[in-house]
Amino acid sequence: MIKQILLRRTAQAAFVAWSVGTLTFIMMRLLPGDFAYRIAAGRYGYDYVSQAAAEAVRADLGLDRPAIVQYLEWLVNLLRFNLGDSLVSENPVTQELAHQLGSSLELAVFASFFALLIAVPVGLYAGRHTGEAGDRLSLMVSVILRAQPVFVIGLLMVLAFSLQLGWFPVAGFGSSEYLILPALSLALTLAALSSRMIRNSTCDVLASPFYRFARFKGLTEQQAFTHHASPNIALPVVAFVSIQAINLIEGIVMIESLFSWPGIGHALAHAIFARDVPMIQGAALVMGLIFVAINTVADLIVFKLDPRQREEALS
Amino acid sequence: MFKKAFIVVAIILTLWLATSYKGVDPNQTLVIGAPFEYTSQDLSKDGYIFSRFQVTETLVEIQPDGSIQPKLATHWQTSDDRLTWRFTLRPDVLFHDGTVMTAEAVVFSLQQALEKPGIIHQVPLNKLYPEGDVEVVLELEQPYRPLLSVLSHFSTAIASPSSFEQKSGRAIAILKGTGPYQIQLLSPPHKLDVERFDNYWGEPARIRQIQYLTGHRAESRALQARSGQADIIYTLDPASISMLEQAPNVDVYSESIPRALLLKMNNEHPYLNTVETRRALSLALDREGIAERIIRVPGSEAYQLFPPALGDWHLKELEGQKNLQKAREILTAQGWIPGADGVRVRDGKRFSLGLVTYADRPEMTVVATAIQAQFWDLGIEVTIYVGNSSDIPYLHHQGTLELALVARNFAWANDPLALLLDDTRTHLGSDWGHMNWSSGELNQLLSEMTLTLDSEAYFKLSQQAASILAEEMPVIPVTFYTQQIAVNKRLNNFFYDPFEQNYRTSEMYFD
Repeated sequence: MIKQILLRRTAQAAFVAWSVGTLTFIMMRLLPGDFAYRIAAGRYGYDYVSQAAAEAVRADLGLDRPAIVQYLEWLVNLLRFNLGDSLVSENPVTQELAHQLGSSLELAVFASFFALLIAVPVGLYAGRHTGEAGDRLSLMVSVILRAQPVFVIGLLMVLAFSLQLGWFPVAGFGSSEYLILPALSLALTLAALSSRMIRNSTCDVLASPFYRFARFKGLTEQQAFTHHASPNIALPVVAFVSIQAINLIEGIVMIESLFSWPGIGHALAHAIFARDVPMIQGAALVMGLIFVAINTVADLIVFKLDPRQREEALS
Repeated sequence: MFKKAFIVVAIILTLWLATSYKGVDPNQTLVIGAPFEYTSQDLSKDGYIFSRFQVTETLVEIQPDGSIQPKLATHWQTSDDRLTWRFTLRPDVLFHDGTVMTAEAVVFSLQQALEKPGIIHQVPLNKLYPEGDVEVVLELEQPYRPLLSVLSHFSTAIASPSSFEQKSGRAIAILKGTGPYQIQLLSPPHKLDVERFDNYWGEPARIRQIQYLTGHRAESRALQARSGQADIIYTLDPASISMLEQAPNVDVYSESIPRALLLKMNNEHPYLNTVETRRALSLALDREGIAERIIRVPGSEAYQLFPPALGDWHLKELEGQKNLQKAREILTAQGWIPGADGVRVRDGKRFSLGLVTYADRPEMTVVATAIQAQFWDLGIEVTIYVGNSSDIPYLHHQGTLELALVARNFAWANDPLALLLDDTRTHLGSDWGHMNWSSGELNQLLSEMTLTLDSEAYFKLSQQAASILAEEMPVIPVTFYTQQIAVNKRLNNFFYDPFEQNYRTSEMYFD
């Protein structure tokens, strides 16, 4: 069964790689404006973009060649695992992605980690004490946090932890002290929702006949919770967290911008303005593959957690 | 099992946080923030960042008052016919890779600039060669007075030959200049760290390290200054200035820079091809309102092209103001009669134009809508298109541009002569200058200026040239720019270069 999941996902990844690259190529071609001028603006900045710069770019990159030739060239390179060079910086796309996407992923990993550290205890506590003061308080905090754009949460974190307390720098990257505030801002937004998800899942499981039976047959509350409740609480939560992880990568643009954190959102926006096709194709492709990978990991965890799926596979 | 996996991951992440901490020594580090991004080490593209942070230097350097002083060249001589320029190089200058700066290395560096698009191509260069170890010779096809201005530009900075090694495998050589700071860490497009170069030929830098961070958002940059994280923040937004002015740890500086917001137009467009119409458009503009309410720098309104920082070219006596009534009278005299919907009509055609602008500078789209409203009061319908900065030169060369709102930089050199020579080369005009307009009188003045050596005569000629542009208005100036900077009070000897070529951080020091 695991083999089947992996095979299915590998085929999906190959399809994603081809379709994302092809679609971005076509969409870029459909955008108005002259390629050479746009790339020249990206390379030289608006003070120095001129006809001479655009013509130099056109000659340098061979932009006069038919689109189909350029597309096939990309496809052949892709088969060789070569994503090409950025048209603006002229550095290899993989190098640019390692920096930009790598930074986004670093932020996403820590945001998810902090979110779990907050959401799991809060959600479990609220689920085990439904209707009590703690549950109501967590609901209120969750609603307040969800009602704020992540940008506002980030700004409040800066005002509190940078301006008032002076614990962390306002913006920057390259050292762990810069990571805490942006990751925590994202984590609070994520935890606001996932804590409620964990709370509801806990509540459902504790009220379920199988949990009551476990207690009835003489297991202590701790034993029943560890062996019977935890895996069942985790099942919907794993699926939800994987969806949230995808939303997270899409949604960290504002936080990256506020904290001057290098990220794929900023890089993609600039690449689109500058018609940096290899960079857009590379970024879209890698992001597509990351989504497939996240789904694969979630599938494998659910498969491992849920004995019903394993039995189904064996039968 | 998952619990164990989570604990392992948690330990790894915590270790990562602990080990990747790199504290900044505030006593040795100057932190600077600004919105400027860079993508490469190519001097033709991003050389400005390396010249501002004093990694690279040029043969000659613009001073804050606009004069040109020796830098890597100690002196220069021109032949009687002004076709041959001989630059004598400063002795004992080392590149950051430890090699000596020779005439051959300087020529090689300039040749690299010639292979890229850039300002150096405006020089009518015939030959460039080293003579001995310390002399560089430039032979010109015709006299070219702004040569020193061009050689002070960041794209003509001198770097070690090893900086230009072409891509070897996938690695690109690190840029090695001659300045008081050398590159320590490159992380384009957002970060650049430089450290003191101990073998610098001149006065060594007083602060050991400079960290530069691109701040995308003006709010974050202002907070960096307010919290003390950054010592200098360039390009503050108007909303943050009052907060920073009240902060006990920060001084706010406002400096006029040679950049202007202009209305570029097709001077052969049937609606815009008379001086009278262009004057009517200019009279309809409420520049004071735009300066005060949008740019938020009262007094930055522009009735001429050249700001006060460009001394010889700025017309001191020139004044102007909005006069909508007079503007209406001019248009009526031109045959434009108010139509039923308020838009003026002539020969059955409505006075309707498209205005292109771009959002690289956030105030531009807002100014464009203000202009749209002000022209509407005059009976002109304007449709705004917000595009990419490259749309301006593209539409210029296509001939389809009608109106454009642009922010033009006059600061790439100490003197706009080179820029105007380029603008006036053909009747078509230039990418960022006027379009489809020429003046024989202006061309005559400019060619006299390239030949004159007398500074008084030069001043008179530049004033005459500026007057022609102010009267004919082939482009309509709107406002000048002001650079707003927050500087931490612990920093001494802060200096701002209005030409933005050299921030002179090596001369600054902490309390």
